Amino acid sequence: MIEGAIWRRWVFFYIPMAFFLLFLLFPFYWMMITSVRPDGELYRPWNSMNYNPFWTWKPTWDHVRYLFEETLFASWLWNTMFIALVSTVISLVCGVFAGYALSRLNFPFAGSLGTGIFITYLVPQTLLFIPLAEIIRNYRLGDTPWSLILTYPTFLIPFCTWLMMGYFKAVPKELEECARIDGASRWQAMIYIIIPVAIPGILSAGIFAFTLSWNEFIYALVFLSSPEQKTVPVGVTSELIRGDVFYWGPLMAGALLGSIPVAIAYSFFVEHYVAGLTGSVKG
Amino acid sequence: MGQVVLKAINKFYDSVHAVKDVNLQIRDKEFVVFVGPSGCGKTTTLRMIAGLEAISSGDISIDGQVVNELAPMDRDIAMVFQNYALYPHMSVYDNMAFGLKMRKFDRHEIGKRVKEAAEILGIGEYLKRKPRQLSGGQRQRVALGRAIVRHPRVFLFDEPLSNLDAKLRVQMRVELKKLHLRLGTTAVYVTHDQVEAMTLGDRVVVMKDGLVQQVGDPLELYNQPANKFVAGFIGSPAMNFATVTMADGEGRLIAKNSGMEIEVPSTHAERLRPHVGQQVTVGIRPEDLHLAGDADPAGLTFNSKVEVVEQLGSEILLDVRVGEETMVAAVDPTTRAKVQDTLRLAVNPARLHFFDARTERAI
Repeated sequence: MIEGAIWRRWVFFYIPMAFFLLFLLFPFYWMMITSVRPDGELYRPWNSMNYNPFWTWKPTWDHVRYLFEETLFASWLWNTMFIALVSTVISLVCGVFAGYALSRLNFPFAGSLGTGIFITYLVPQTLLFIPLAEIIRNYRLGDTPWSLILTYPTFLIPFCTWLMMGYFKAVPKELEECARIDGASRWQAMIYIIIPVAIPGILSAGIFAFTLSWNEFIYALVFLSSPEQKTVPVGVTSELIRGDVFYWGPLMAGALLGSIPVAIAYSFFVEHYVAGLTGSVKG
Repeated sequence: MGQVVLKAINKFYDSVHAVKDVNLQIRDKEFVVFVGPSGCGKTTTLRMIAGLEAISSGDISIDGQVVNELAPMDRDIAMVFQNYALYPHMSVYDNMAFGLKMRKFDRHEIGKRVKEAAEILGIGEYLKRKPRQLSGGQRQRVALGRAIVRHPRVFLFDEPLSNLDAKLRVQMRVELKKLHLRLGTTAVYVTHDQVEAMTLGDRVVVMKDGLVQQVGDPLELYNQPANKFVAGFIGSPAMNFATVTMADGEGRLIAKNSGMEIEVPSTHAERLRPHVGQQVTVGIRPEDLHLAGDADPAGLTFNSKVEVVEQLGSEILLDVRVGEETMVAAVDPTTRAKVQDTLRLAVNPARLHFFDARTERAI
C-alpha cells in the first residue's frame, strides 16, 4: 500500500486502479447491456432522441430467448464443453507423463526432444490448419468433434508438457529418492508422491488447456461446417452475422454466455492456479 | 546384521574423479561418520551405499552380499535426508507408514510400528498433522521415524542436522546418540561438522577431495592426526600451524622460527632428526598452550603479543602474534590479558605435532 498522505493514495492508487478496472470490465458491461437492450434501441443513429449508450430502461430477454430458441446455441455450448474437456484430459495426461520423463529421466536426446516438442508449439495455427485440413479430410473426420479433439492436442500437449516440466523440476529430487528407498517403484512414486505434490501445476495446466480449447477459432471454423456441430466462437460469429447484418442482441448475449464457463473455471481454481505458476511447494 | 564393506570404491562424473579408492569395513552396530569439507565426496559415497548413485568401480557389500546392482529399495536400508524430504501432502502417520505400505505390510503391523517409533521420538501427538504444520525439529523427528519403522539393516544419514538452529542441533545430537544406543542399528552418517563427527561417531572417516585422509575413533584423530589436514579439521578452535626450521643445538633438537624456539621432546626427536636443516610444520592446539609459569622450562616457552581477546566464559581465546605467525591460545577464564600485552606462553611437550612441509604427513 502507498504510505503517506491520503491524497497520494488516491492519486497513485485508487484512481489509476479505477481506470484500470473500468478499462477491463467495460467490454463485459457493454456485452451485458447490449444483450438486454431492445432492438429498437440497438439500431438507431446516435443523434436520435433519448440516446443513452450506457443504460436501457426497457431491458428485454428477447435476445437470449432468440439465442436459445432460434439458434443452436445450446448445442454449441455442449459441443464446446465436450471438445474442450476431452482435449484437456488428453493433453494433461500426455503433458504430465512427458513433462515427468523429460525433467526426471536421463535418456539420450532428452534435451533435444524437449526443445523439439516446444518448437512445434511455435508453428502458428493459421499455417498449420492447411496440412491438418488435408489429414482431416483423408480420415473423414470433417464436421465431427473428433476433428477438433484430435487436432487441439497439437498445441495443447507442447504447452502442458512445458508447463509440467518446469513444475516437476521444482519438486525436490529427494522426495522421489526417499520414496524409492522406501520401496516404491518409479510408477508408484509417481502416482503416490509426485502427482499429488504437482496438483497445483496440473490444475494450472488444465485451466490453461481448457481455455485455449474453448476459445480456439481457426480449426473450429475450418473443420466444422454444419450448424449442429459448431462450437460457440464459430457458431456465434457465423450464424449471428449474416452478410453485413449483425444481430447485435443475440450476438452479445452469445458472447457473454459463452465466456461464463471459463470464468467459472478460473474462479474456482484461482488459488491453485497462482500457486502452480509460482511453484510454491515446499517439502 | 548390518555389516557394510566398501572395496576400492571410485566414482567418476565424466572426467571428474569425485571419489577415489575408498576402502572401509563398517562393523555391525557401528556408528561411522564421514566428515570433510564440501565437495570432498562424502555424500557421493553415502549415495553409492544407498544405491542412488551408480558405482564407477569397486564393490559395496552389505552382510557379505554385493549390492552394486541392487535397487535402493532392495538393500534394506533407510535414509534420512538433509531437508527431511517429508511427503508434504501426507500426514505424519502416512509419511511414516508409506514405506511399509509399499512393502505390503498389514495394517496392524504398520500401526504398531508407527506408534512404537512415534513413542521413541516423542511425536505421538503429531501423527495427524501435515509436515507444514510442524517445526524444523519435529519434521526432523518424523524423518527419523520414517526410517526407524522400516527396521533396516543400515541407517544412512545425509547431514540431517544441518538445517536446524544451533541449539536444536546440540539437543538432537544427543538424541541421535541415545537412539543409536537404543536401537543398535549400523549407521553411516555424513556431516561437514567435526563436532558432530566427534560426538556421534564410533569411528570417523575424514575425507578431502575424494580421498580418505584418516579413519579412526574420535580420540585417535584428535591425538594422532595422520596429516595436517586432519589435524586442522578436527578440534575447535583449529590447531595452530607454524613453519619452523629444525636445528641442532648442543645435542638437542630445536624447532625455531622468527617468533619462537621450541626444544623438541625426546619422544619426537628420533623421527625429526633426519629433518635437521629443513623446514617442517609444527602444530599446537590452542588448548595445549597456557601462560608460562615458573614450572615451565624455558625451552618450551615463547613470547607473544595479544591481538584479540575472545571471552567465552568457560575459557578465553587469545589471538596472539608470535613472530610473523598468528596463533590462538585457549587459556583459563581467570587469565588477565589485554590487547597489546606481551605474554609468555608455554606449550605442553607431549602435545606437539610435526608435519612434513611438503607431503603434510605427520612425522
